[in-house]
Amino acid sequence: MPEQPNLEVLDAGALTTVQDRGRPGYAHLGVPRSGALDAPALHLANRLVGNPEQTAGLETTLTGLRFRVSHGVRLAVTGADCAVLVDGRPAAWGAALSVAGGAVVEIGPARSGLRSYLALAGGIEAAPVLGSRSTDLLSGLGPAPLGAGQVLPLGAAYGLAPAVEAVRPPYGSVLRVDLGPRTDWFTAAALAGLDGATYVVGAASNRIGLRLEGPRLERNRRGELPTEPMVLGAVQVPPSGQPVVFLHDHPTTGGYPVIAVVRPEDLGVCAQARPGERLTLRVVG
Amino acid sequence: MQVVRVGQRALLVECDGPDAVAATYRFLRDRAAEVGAEEVVPAARTVLLDGLADPIRTAALIGSWEAPPFPAEPDGELVEIPTTYDGQDLDEVARQWATTTAEVVRIHQETLFRVAFCGFAPGFAYCTGLPGGLGVARRAEPRPRVPAGSVGLAGEYTGVYPTSSPGGWQLIGRTAVALWVPDRDRPALLAPGDQVRFVDA
Repeated sequence: MPEQPNLEVLDAGALTTVQDRGRPGYAHLGVPRSGALDAPALHLANRLVGNPEQTAGLETTLTGLRFRVSHGVRLAVTGADCAVLVDGRPAAWGAALSVAGGAVVEIGPARSGLRSYLALAGGIEAAPVLGSRSTDLLSGLGPAPLGAGQVLPLGAAYGLAPAVEAVRPPYGSVLRVDLGPRTDWFTAAALAGLDGATYVVGAASNRIGLRLEGPRLERNRRGELPTEPMVLGAVQVPPSGQPVVFLHDHPTTGGYPVIAVVRPEDLGVCAQARPGERLTLRVVG
Repeated sequence: MQVVRVGQRALLVECDGPDAVAATYRFLRDRAAEVGAEEVVPAARTVLLDGLADPIRTAALIGSWEAPPFPAEPDGELVEIPTTYDGQDLDEVARQWATTTAEVVRIHQETLFRVAFCGFAPGFAYCTGLPGGLGVARRAEPRPRVPAGSVGLAGEYTGVYPTSSPGGWQLIGRTAVALWVPDRDRPALLAPGDQVRFVDA
């Protein structure tokens, strides 16, 4: 038996996690969905290397990642635009690469956007929890964030016909939202001002929530909302009036009213928004 | 049933109270495939249907249904939690209820609780049923670390911390039972609709 192919982490960057489609279906037990924040980027990377779209890959955060592969493997980097180096030589971002066994691959810091995605043929074979290999930073389910020296086993290549396709266009800076469900908790001014309101992405943003700093969304009442189930993309408004967009590791329930929900197709914008960048809300429904 | 849209893929069903949530949750969970929901999630006064392919169709379907009747008898699975009542906040709960710690323990053990919903952490069950509108104010300062297995009270609920975490519930005891084992067939010992009784360890 030849040794199972693996990836050895040389430098994990600020935060690199294993991500696949996550754990939908367990919210009633308090389990966050987790999974890749920019799911279309992970899907694209997987298609480029001939994997099923939901195969486990790696999600970086701003600073990139350096690793060595034990065997020759096909891989692709998508999501946030960045340099890709193979044994120190520039290689293509957003395209399938065949690298030799023993090669050192470096995913550089994001040049725009925040999170790059790495798919390798066969995928990362970390131990699944509730059917998913995703790291959930809220509840601690799934593999721990990567650290230097860690060795991740790789699966056998699926051998699907690799896709040849254009990379995704720039992400933009508009979040389209549907109003509700708790519009009745907010003042007319807060609701009227939401469309076109511009917010700065807060430094405390993470996989759990995108913290927005800008116009205060005033409530028209005091008191607490009885705990409600929360959805991906919910724009929850704590008493500070500064909204938080719930991302994949969000808690399954919450006690603050949700003024609107971000359209699923703009969750990638949330995933790629850097602290300090400006985002504009657009009410579309 | 009263339904509210939540974004492009979800609906909230509004309920009158915990009993209506319990009945509605079970009714919708048993029809998850029919309504096209990937998730059916109860909370305090609402039930969420998420992952819907066609929420407008589902809203029309559910809107045409009568709210399900409350079950005449509690009928969820009964789970017993052996508990040692030595929590640091027993005196505080006794003070809030203007009674003795022995009476707090008696009330907690004589109440047949029902899991209203889970949240906060995987396997953390909010159990309702305290008699006579009894409730408990949370601690003013949450503890930075509450050990796994701690039995607490907050608001109208009792619950058990499945894993060690920060927490603001008033702690009245502890159990050695594992509340959350992800590779078990039933990863959460307590799931919505279950009945719960706290007994001597």
